[in-house]
Amino acid sequence: MIGARVINGGTVPVRDIPVLGMEAFRAAVIEAVRDGAGLAAYFGYPLAPDGAVAPPGGGAAVAGGRTGGAPAGSAGGGTHPVRLVAVLTWPMAGGCEVVATDPGESFPALTPDCPPAHWFEREIAEQWALRPEGHPWLKPIRYHRAWRPGDAWGRPPGTEILPCVTDFFRVEGDEIHEVAVGPVHAGVIEPGHFRFQCHGEQVFHLEIALGYQHRGVERALAGGPDPRTPHLMETLAGDTTIGHSLAYAHLVEGMTGVKAPARALAIRALALELERLANHVGDLGALANDVGFLPTASYCGRLRGDFLNLSALVCGSRFGRGLVRPGGVRFDLDPARLESLKNRFEPVARDVESAVTLLWRSSSVLARFEETGRVPRETALALGLVGPAARASGVERDVRMDFPTGFYRFLQVPVALLPSGDVFARAFVRWLEIQRSEAFIRQVLAGLPEGPCQADGPVVAGSEVPLPPHLLGVSLVEGWRGEICHVAVTDGAGRFGWYKVVDPSFHNWMGLAMALRDQPISDFPLCNKSFNLSYCGHDL
Amino acid sequence: MLQVLLSRWQQGYRTMAWPEGDVVLPDRLRGRPVLRPEACRDGCDRCRQVCPTGAILGLGPTLAIDLGRCLFCGECERACAPGAIRFTNEHRLATGRREDLIVRGGPGYKLAEPLTGEVGALFARSCKIRQVSAGGCNACEADINVLGTLAFDMGRFGLQVVASPRHADAVAVTGPVPHQMKLALAKTVAATPTPRVIIAVGACAIAGGPFAGHAEVNDGAACVAPADLSIPGCPPHPLTILDGLLRLIGRMPAGR
Repeated sequence: MIGARVINGGTVPVRDIPVLGMEAFRAAVIEAVRDGAGLAAYFGYPLAPDGAVAPPGGGAAVAGGRTGGAPAGSAGGGTHPVRLVAVLTWPMAGGCEVVATDPGESFPALTPDCPPAHWFEREIAEQWALRPEGHPWLKPIRYHRAWRPGDAWGRPPGTEILPCVTDFFRVEGDEIHEVAVGPVHAGVIEPGHFRFQCHGEQVFHLEIALGYQHRGVERALAGGPDPRTPHLMETLAGDTTIGHSLAYAHLVEGMTGVKAPARALAIRALALELERLANHVGDLGALANDVGFLPTASYCGRLRGDFLNLSALVCGSRFGRGLVRPGGVRFDLDPARLESLKNRFEPVARDVESAVTLLWRSSSVLARFEETGRVPRETALALGLVGPAARASGVERDVRMDFPTGFYRFLQVPVALLPSGDVFARAFVRWLEIQRSEAFIRQVLAGLPEGPCQADGPVVAGSEVPLPPHLLGVSLVEGWRGEICHVAVTDGAGRFGWYKVVDPSFHNWMGLAMALRDQPISDFPLCNKSFNLSYCGHDL
Repeated sequence: MLQVLLSRWQQGYRTMAWPEGDVVLPDRLRGRPVLRPEACRDGCDRCRQVCPTGAILGLGPTLAIDLGRCLFCGECERACAPGAIRFTNEHRLATGRREDLIVRGGPGYKLAEPLTGEVGALFARSCKIRQVSAGGCNACEADINVLGTLAFDMGRFGLQVVASPRHADAVAVTGPVPHQMKLALAKTVAATPTPRVIIAVGACAIAGGPFAGHAEVNDGAACVAPADLSIPGCPPHPLTILDGLLRLIGRMPAGR
């Protein structure tokens, strides 16, 4: 390990991060990933002449929040050069490694030798107008102008960039046809575009083009924290409110040295598992719906809401809005509320069991789930998939076990694994995780630590304590979709010079594309639901 | 088969009695705020300092909160030492006009009125909704989706989410409408036959929510079409959404 070591939720001074030559950086990342490290984040940030992160342009914070984000095409780095940072996760060492390089305006792409870098390098090209030479699939991922002058694709400055207008991969030949779906889909679902190359029913290739949900979150986070920061965290991916706000809280706590009390850690873990339960139960219902098995579809729709209502019992919001803040949690569990939570939890858990076990006893459901949308273990490893999608392909990765923080240091959740990589595995891994989360919640509720649920002092708003200057912090959380990674670099004034968010969906969209190969196109809804990825979490 | 029947029996009947009967909402739910401008201290602007979206419009005697921008985070309530701002459990929030979303001191909040005339007659028994997520974070979307489950069962009021705008009477927009989605939203609205109504669900669709002012978004649905119904919240509670829909189509029982 030649990079700087950081534990999950820890920090390292920017000056202690080795800035390698491009070839050494390339070799370090490629070899680490080959040796089993995960590529949790790989991103650029603008570099001031003194070696610090350059102050972000635009987006001036005013009383009551921001008046406006930075104007398109001008903010972020200005004309500064860009530094590239890679965050590698080493499960066996229990920590992360951070390496950096100053690539100039173009650099030899890592992707040909390190497929998990694929999406990251497209993002780097799009955001910073750098060119990863030799990238085999260099296309935009969100369809916006770069944040410094220039363009990786040489598009003239005045031309409009339309979302998902790109050179889609095309299969030619008799009887080949193309199916285009989206951005507006048939259900109540976020927008994205899917382009299938088909031979009859059979899908040869699926290309996924996103970017419709781009709200400029990363640019808005630079210059923070400010009163709006916690809310941007909670809405990065609204179904993962707890996951992302927890990653943010850990990061700020790591930087400031503020410690959230044990009771807060327990309530946070409870909220994170309730979020996982609501989403996993909802997903199993949706999978049942997509194969026309209505009893489970119908029951799980209701039961998902029951878990959301338990979150609302804790904090008033079904999605956990307002609960997690740096320094602790905003809402305590008084004895009556704790009792009510316990009493309401058990009947829901019982009904979930009755609803979900119907799936595994129905041969018509199993016939549709099994062997559908298979992602072999080698593919999952090569792409760097995370979360239940990876575990369903036999890849043992779970932040709660590999890099435990908070309450997961005291109470473990066993990793759920299945080898087959098909829709069945992705469904059944969720069922295993539901049962393990339920057991975990019972233990948390039975032994909730006493004491306060917020750290002393004015830390809770997340914006009232200045952050130490020139630090890089890394925070990983196992959200219900998988590994969430936040990385922040503070500037000389203790503001976020750059704040990088990697939602698990960022790693996993390629997994869905691979799952569709050689499948009938009619299985797309089922495969899509078995991943259930976030569009806004990807588009940021 | 026997297992399916047994579980059906175990799961029971779950559709809520509301709107005829009552429903218990979480005690910590942050609903419509009640303001006491007379409690405001001279020169204090703590609420405005902490508000993430600039929803505090006036101070002192003119204290007012714009629920269209409000995320219902309760920061202002926490910051206000004299207690001039208090969030209540009141979930009924949807209004017809944008300006009715502004809460001031004193009683009164003008909830949405039923549609009148031809559209009122057309949509009272059947209103099909095409939902478009335009930068929504999937929370508003989830709370619309849940209205179709057996707990809320909006189908009993003739409300249904449909797959095609051609089948729709209403377009329900969520999200701040990023530039990338503006054209798709405009096309979806144009493809919905008239007469149609536009519904803005959530703080983002009304005024941009936490993304208001970002160069990448258009601060809500109004960039494409003005809303006939605005349902505030981040996200609104499902019952707040259903309450608004029922008021719009005139299906809310009298006195509710």
